[in-house]
Amino acid sequence: MNQWLTNSIAVASLLLLVACEGTLGTKSDGTAANADKGAGATTSTGAETKPLVGSAVFQGHPLDDPEGVLNARVIYFDFDKSDIKKEFRATIEAHARYLANNASATVVLEGHADERGSREYNIALSERRASGVRRQMVLLGATEGQLQVVSYGEERPAVQGHDESAWQLNRRVEINYQSR
Amino acid sequence: MIRIVLAIVLAVGLLRPAWAVLDITVTQGLEGALPVAVVPFLRVAGSTIPSVDLAAVISSDLARSGRFKPYPFPDLPARPARAEDIRFRDWRLLGSEYLVIGQIEALGGNRYATRFRLFDVFKGVQLSGFQFVTPAAGLRRTAHQISDIIYRELTGEPGAFNTRIAYVTEFAAAGNQRRYVLNVADSDGHNAFPVLESAEPLMSPAWSPDGSKLAYVSFEHKKPSIFVQDLARGSRQRLSSFPGINGAPAWSPDGTRMALTLSKDGNPEIYIFHFATGRWQRLTHNAGIDTEAAWAPDGKSLVFTSDRGGTPQIYQMPVSGGRAHRLSFEGRYNTRASFSPDGKRLALLHGTQGNFRIAVLELESQDLRVLSDSRLDESPSFAPNGSMILYATVKGAGTILAAVSVDGRVRQQLAIAKGGVREPAWSPFQ
Repeated sequence: MNQWLTNSIAVASLLLLVACEGTLGTKSDGTAANADKGAGATTSTGAETKPLVGSAVFQGHPLDDPEGVLNARVIYFDFDKSDIKKEFRATIEAHARYLANNASATVVLEGHADERGSREYNIALSERRASGVRRQMVLLGATEGQLQVVSYGEERPAVQGHDESAWQLNRRVEINYQSR
Repeated sequence: MIRIVLAIVLAVGLLRPAWAVLDITVTQGLEGALPVAVVPFLRVAGSTIPSVDLAAVISSDLARSGRFKPYPFPDLPARPARAEDIRFRDWRLLGSEYLVIGQIEALGGNRYATRFRLFDVFKGVQLSGFQFVTPAAGLRRTAHQISDIIYRELTGEPGAFNTRIAYVTEFAAAGNQRRYVLNVADSDGHNAFPVLESAEPLMSPAWSPDGSKLAYVSFEHKKPSIFVQDLARGSRQRLSSFPGINGAPAWSPDGTRMALTLSKDGNPEIYIFHFATGRWQRLTHNAGIDTEAAWAPDGKSLVFTSDRGGTPQIYQMPVSGGRAHRLSFEGRYNTRASFSPDGKRLALLHGTQGNFRIAVLELESQDLRVLSDSRLDESPSFAPNGSMILYATVKGAGTILAAVSVDGRVRQQLAIAKGGVREPAWSPFQ
């Protein structure tokens, strides 16, 4: 996920660079600009420009927008609970809308639990979490065929550790796109 | 807290596979144990040195049960090897109630003859005596068999030393990958052997009643499937790979059926698979979670975990189906129940005030007895003689195996050096 995020930011920065070349690199009278060659370029005067991250309209795929609501792909839960908390509704809505608008897109909803309690019960609990997310997405326009549920219980923690700081990040459903 | 490392003697100079890294530590509860003198076995002149110190293995077994307190070898007043060499006065003076002596002789062809005798020190009489002929590789097993004979003679109950345990280990592998290994080891953690290795999680090992097969859950296809593996052959077949959960396999006591959890019909339900006919029988019909089935020893009913009442609790149901009735009432979290071999009690995982501990539920009195004092236990499994419960627990940053006597008096840790260890399952009698 972090790698993906870094890549996305890199792509976004590159797009900004290209935009800058187009506007700042050429003067209106058509003469070659003895001017800044875009962001990051240093002039003989030693002055340097930088793109303002986040100020440009994102032009890539909406799933790649690091600022977009679709960038949130994990829903977190309370212990032994599978009800979806208010703060994650927007995330689920956004992905459901995307799936509704992109019929060929498919997602695996991966359910997880923290390490407490028994492993098979946690498999069942994490399936209920993922199934709950799927049900919401279907109500909001995604089709059942686009959504596959796999439950891992406590077998694949996002964070190693035996306290709440790790557990709260492990009780989760991950929204993993298989095709977009 | 008494803390005796028993395995040091055993770990020296023995030919063991690299996986055998379980060592036993008794953490408490030796008070009240019977003093027994186990004398190092005499090696008959001219015999090659065996790879196993039988007396050390027997001492370790007896101590691990919590019922016996063997003497350290240096404390022994004499080292008799034959009945006529014993001066019972010496042993009465020591305070030992029982005495074990023996000898081992190389027979050629890499085989050994082992003789042992068990004496009642105060009566001055022999209680038991046997001879075994075993290949060198079977000497640890011979020692466990001797421990079983001694245990039965002195307690009236069968010993469970010559049995095995299965468990799962997980460790980090190259390239940010994880490795999952299903291991089978002797009941004391030695002779560990990896019967399956995978890059994806392995779960819920379950022994067939004859001890020849293991059922388990594997995520090797990026989703859970249940496999049945023949241990001697190493061959296996995929039993169940429905959409959704395929989990919690449990063999019927007669080996003809397997209870398991499937969510193919919408949510986790208990099913019974009939091996002879290939028939799937759905047992539970409930909108809540139903999982972790375990058979009663008489094969007539199952207990399982269900949160149909709002919190996960233990329920019981006839194998033929029908009404489930609730068995656990204390606390908001009771899961993963299994029957004691005599059917009188359940071992289960009991959540209380944020801790998850091993407990025993007495079925007749409904008394719930918490046996451990740790924070994060799981996967309780009865020894086949019902004397101990093996489980997994968190210690420091890692996970270890531990065992506790059913009365809670004796606890021990089985430390493992490599990776996290979990989901122990004690084999049936061999």
